[in-house]
Amino acid sequence: MAQTVFAPWADPNEKPLIEFRNVTKRFGDFTAIDDLSLDIYAREFFALLGPSGCGKTTMMRMLAGFEAPTEGSILLSGHDIAPVPPNKRAVNMMFQSYALFPHLSVWENIAFGLKRESKDKAAIAARVDEMLKLTRLEKFARRKPHQISGGQRQRVALARSLAKAPKLLLLDEPLGALDKKLRQDTQFELMDIQEKTGTTFVIVTHDQEEAMTVASRVAVMDEGKLIQVATPAQIYEQPGSIYVADFIGEVTILEGHGEKVGDAYEFAFAEGQPRLHAKTSRDLGAAGRMYLAIRPEKVSISADKPEDTPNVLKGRILDIAYLGNISTYHVELSNGQIIKAQEANTRRLSRRSFTWEDEVWLSWTDTAAVVLER
Amino acid sequence: MRRFILIALPYLWLLLFFLIPFVIVFKISLSDLALAIPPYTPTLSWPITWEALKEFFAALDFENFTFLTTDDLYWKAYLSSLQIAVISTIITLLVGYPIAYGMAQARDEWRPTLMMLVILPFWTSFLIRVYSWMGILSQEGFLNQFLMWTGVISEPLQILNTPVAVYIGIVYTYLPFMILPIYSALEKLDGSLLEAAEDLGCSRFKAFWLVTFPLSRAGMVAGSFLVFIPALGEFVIPSLLGGSETLMIGKVLYEEFFNNRDWPVASAVAVILLLILILPIILFERNEQKQREADQ
Repeated sequence: MAQTVFAPWADPNEKPLIEFRNVTKRFGDFTAIDDLSLDIYAREFFALLGPSGCGKTTMMRMLAGFEAPTEGSILLSGHDIAPVPPNKRAVNMMFQSYALFPHLSVWENIAFGLKRESKDKAAIAARVDEMLKLTRLEKFARRKPHQISGGQRQRVALARSLAKAPKLLLLDEPLGALDKKLRQDTQFELMDIQEKTGTTFVIVTHDQEEAMTVASRVAVMDEGKLIQVATPAQIYEQPGSIYVADFIGEVTILEGHGEKVGDAYEFAFAEGQPRLHAKTSRDLGAAGRMYLAIRPEKVSISADKPEDTPNVLKGRILDIAYLGNISTYHVELSNGQIIKAQEANTRRLSRRSFTWEDEVWLSWTDTAAVVLER
Repeated sequence: MRRFILIALPYLWLLLFFLIPFVIVFKISLSDLALAIPPYTPTLSWPITWEALKEFFAALDFENFTFLTTDDLYWKAYLSSLQIAVISTIITLLVGYPIAYGMAQARDEWRPTLMMLVILPFWTSFLIRVYSWMGILSQEGFLNQFLMWTGVISEPLQILNTPVAVYIGIVYTYLPFMILPIYSALEKLDGSLLEAAEDLGCSRFKAFWLVTFPLSRAGMVAGSFLVFIPALGEFVIPSLLGGSETLMIGKVLYEEFFNNRDWPVASAVAVILLLILILPIILFERNEQKQREADQ
């Protein structure tokens, strides 16, 4: 049975859970958030992605109630949340430092929020046990935070913030303190828990891989503005700007002159180099200065000149980055331009076909590259 | 070998300046008063023979300790010292906590200055500071003049030479010892803990009570011992500010030693004072130990 695709943002009848309406936040002279509007829907796993200082943490702190917008308003389920203090919001936050109470046991940490709103001891105990089970922490209930490992602490923080069953869970760089392997496992665990509980998650991260893995939609931010909001696949395959193309994954960006021919652009980027072809649904005008973004894995590398390919370039291998499963080749064209190409290492290393200084041909289809205005 | 020297040094220090003097004081407390120099018997003199040693130890007894129980002056002095030390520790805690909290809340660039202000009184001699309190608290002192000028009172209050003056003196003198450990505990406190508490439904006050207060407990315990231990044996403050009314064991000890020149009884008083203090000192050490473990 085919599952219906989860895409409430595409449905005009769907009401967003959170609405940012022309929100601006200033700290003195510094503008952290600049006239930003954004809708986040219920049950989404929404990622705010950007370099440090881009305003993503400020967005999260405004949702939690620790900061108030200077202008504009934030709506939660249709109500302005500006006058609601953090302790009255149906929003919980998982802190980057976890902020576990060091004087309380794991059990008491998770029960902390529950005890504030209910006196029913049995109900609290049942809910805490449920959370311990969800995060596989049953064995550590009696321990203090300093007696457990970093990964366990991360799970306690998650359990504590989920215990009150918030409408919205905010995660501030939740996996930043974990090592890479554990981080990857935890990403899947987070997605699992998000699906099980049906809570809306908003995650703040500077790690593009993490955002791509967990999120249903990603918002790429820079200097207090949203650059692009889309699904991970769209962000990767159809970046709206050089900034996004460059921020997410590896890319080669060529600058040149494009001319519209039918539904494609003919692209001249350097003298003595053949013209390139790229199909696009976007209209960037009949002709003009434009950019071509090519993902390295879409570029094939071969020893002989390939036939019947719209884009073929000749170059020399300058560098090889061997990453185990794949290798990235830096191929230098005769004009000095470097193009990145990736090949999966399906064969053993000793039988690899290319090495440094080899003359090779690069080729890609006319749908592989993305034409960008800037 | 280097490790051994490193460890041996503090022990050597303790041996020389704590254990040996204590053994000497303990020996004097077992001796008898004598009109001699030094003013007690027995004493050992060269050459030490077996016979002389036997005679020496035979002359030592617990007579002075029994004597302390016969006169109610002594146990009353111990009790009153304990009472004064406990009450002034509590007052110091009540006054010191808000000050430490305020310092920890202050902006970063202000903290060193505030810290300086807390330590500043130590730059003046302790004795001079106590004398100035006499000037403030006496019948014609600044405090009474000020209160009469404002019309709050019509006749000067008798503060100097009462227990109130002693409390004021002790709280004033030992306040920094309370503020500094509490401040250091509060300053270490991660601000995101309070945000987490608020996020989970606490009001500001509740967050303070459930997070800040328990996490500063180690600082409060350390500060309380740092005030209680010296306050118990305090001599200068009660004798200068307390007058004859205030009975404190430090004063009794001084009088036995200098006025009566009864070294053996004075030593017995000192030994018992030390025994009373050993319990809180051990508790203090345990608190420090626990704190170190929790910090790891």
